[in-house]
Amino acid sequence: MKNFITLFLFLALSGGVQASQGVELQEADIDLSDNASLQRGAKHFVTYCLGCHSIKHIRYLRIAQDINVDQKKMLNDIAPEGASIYDQLHSAMNAHDAEKWFGTQPPDLSLIARSRGADWLYSYLKGFYTDKTRPYGVNNLVFEDVGMPNPLWQLQGQQKPTYKTVDGQKSIDKLVLEEHGTISEKEFDRVVNDLVNFLVYVGEPMQLERKSMGKYVIFFILMLLVLSYLLKKEYWKDVH
Amino acid sequence: MKPSRLTLCGNWILERFPLTNLWNEHMAHYYAPKNFNFWYFFGSLALLVLVNQFLTGILLTMNYKPDAKLAFDSVEYIMRDVNWGWLVRYMHSTGASAFFIVVYLHMFRGLLYGSFKHPRELIWIFGMLLFVALMAEAFMGYLLPWGQMSYWGAQVIISLFSAIPVVGDELSLWVRGDYVVSDATLNRFFAFHVIAVPLVLVLLVFLHIVALHEVGSNNPDGLDLKKIKQTGRRKSDEEEEEKILRGNNPDLKIMDSIPFHPYYTVKDLVGVAVFLLFFATVIFFMPEMGGYFLEHANFIPADPMKTPEHIAPVWYFTPFYAILRAIPDKFAGVIGMGGAIVVLFLLPWLDRSKVRSIRYRGGIYKKALLLFVISFLALGYLGTQPATPTATTFARIFTVIYFGFFLLMPLYTRWEKSKPLPKHLTYQPSLEERLPALIDTFHEVTILTPIQQQDGTVVNKRRPNARGILNVITRLAIKLKKSLD
Repeated sequence: MKNFITLFLFLALSGGVQASQGVELQEADIDLSDNASLQRGAKHFVTYCLGCHSIKHIRYLRIAQDINVDQKKMLNDIAPEGASIYDQLHSAMNAHDAEKWFGTQPPDLSLIARSRGADWLYSYLKGFYTDKTRPYGVNNLVFEDVGMPNPLWQLQGQQKPTYKTVDGQKSIDKLVLEEHGTISEKEFDRVVNDLVNFLVYVGEPMQLERKSMGKYVIFFILMLLVLSYLLKKEYWKDVH
Repeated sequence: MKPSRLTLCGNWILERFPLTNLWNEHMAHYYAPKNFNFWYFFGSLALLVLVNQFLTGILLTMNYKPDAKLAFDSVEYIMRDVNWGWLVRYMHSTGASAFFIVVYLHMFRGLLYGSFKHPRELIWIFGMLLFVALMAEAFMGYLLPWGQMSYWGAQVIISLFSAIPVVGDELSLWVRGDYVVSDATLNRFFAFHVIAVPLVLVLLVFLHIVALHEVGSNNPDGLDLKKIKQTGRRKSDEEEEEKILRGNNPDLKIMDSIPFHPYYTVKDLVGVAVFLLFFATVIFFMPEMGGYFLEHANFIPADPMKTPEHIAPVWYFTPFYAILRAIPDKFAGVIGMGGAIVVLFLLPWLDRSKVRSIRYRGGIYKKALLLFVISFLALGYLGTQPATPTATTFARIFTVIYFGFFLLMPLYTRWEKSKPLPKHLTYQPSLEERLPALIDTFHEVTILTPIQQQDGTVVNKRRPNARGILNVITRLAIKLKKSLD
């Protein structure tokens, strides 16, 4: 009976979630062949994200090779102080502290781009707004009541929501910049885009290799198709 | 001339093992109707996918760790650090979906041409057992990556056992080996997925093919080729015919048939190439297939404390999942889901039509089959969607149609008037022969219009032609209506 209830709870919950997914996502501009963007993204990640979030499924060495950065430059400019080129991107924060501070462990971000999608991440990172009722003073447009503070607030500044009323229900219309950050809006968009680009790369580091190899494989199969078709035609000449 | 050492070795084996007979019986002297069409590719393709799953599966087990603490990370290790690991894993995950696409089309062929009817009932039964084993194989394999969807999908499906009265809770506990899906469940599913069920699959494939080769392949006309041969022949020929069917006499042929090898081996090779074209496109350019082949939520490690917002099985189970959800009572739902598969087993005895192929059946079966296909696809779609009240209503309607197709079959197939069967296999133009007609249609729906470009040159461009399109659509509609009568 208990299982019966859980099963129906899933269904009920899943119905409710559809209703709350009304937020329109902004489109991220993903280009994995843009090494400069990936390099900036890697640097931003180490600066703003690695404090809490790990990417345990990749090593600095792999990133350096893939985004065309010299190993020395990787250690001096991008990786945190004292990291080895063979290290994975582990956060220094320990799990116990994380639970105490945030109520939960910040998730590993190795596959976040694959589970959430690039556009979601882009909109999420741009979606923080001030909300005095939340413990960290911010809420998020695409992830309501998220337990994460806005790590980029110094760059972005503070956003506040404007409201609209549809059918008697008050909802957030859009976010407006209330207090300017250290960089312009356009520059901030680029920072977020670079970060998302980097996370998409990290989610599947061999993507470019996969796609470029795919062209040769398809070409090979097309040749196989032509040859096998001709062979079939030759054999079937006498079948009427 | 002295025989070479190789020949001697070969002879040594042939004297002790009936390799020649085996080859002849199942390939070189196995006679297949010569008018196999598109729908007949999927048997050999299913075998190809099975081999793909075996090879890639063996490679995956070399680095996969069936341990709740390590499983998820070991899959990512395969994807990132194992040489060609990503390719092997994508081949395996895409192969799982490809298997079901191929098998569903293979089964649909059976529905089209009545391949399940006398004398091929046992082939159909073996095939259905294969389908059930395949579903078990896929379900257990899906738990292994230990993502959120793996975990909660298994949790929901195993909890279905608890709906069975009296023994239900004990049974689901026994299946899981724990009170929730856990390390114990993962380990036993691994054991079943990599050895137990594959053995069953291989055995069933063997039985499926042996049974097929005993009675011979059906054909798109559903004609009984043996019977035709018998008419007008002396009684003493029966013995010879027995020989032909056993494939021992290459001089005599079954009417309208050709040896499987080399004719169908080379033809299936073309099918293989076309299949690989699609298969490789998915593997290299869209391995997640928009979240249908690899679900997005499965990139989050399994967390027994966090239920995902929306649990949906992988696409190939969704028609049956939709039936489960459409029925309000849980136990009845489980019965309904199981019944949806059981009725397929009964198909040979539900169908009372005198003819096999859809080409000579009456209009009722054609319309019923069309409705069935629509409801199967719709149920598949609804199974991926959250169960809103409207969706549930639709799911109920389609569930009724699904079962109606099978349970009313004894009635409507007996009533309907079938068309007279031809004496010989009929010949229908293949796709390549229809190409000129297709090009003509293209010319009809488009019109050459001169367009003046900015630099003054005039270029002729093809633009859609409303009149032509209307003509083609009317023609198609008339043809469709005619073919449904």
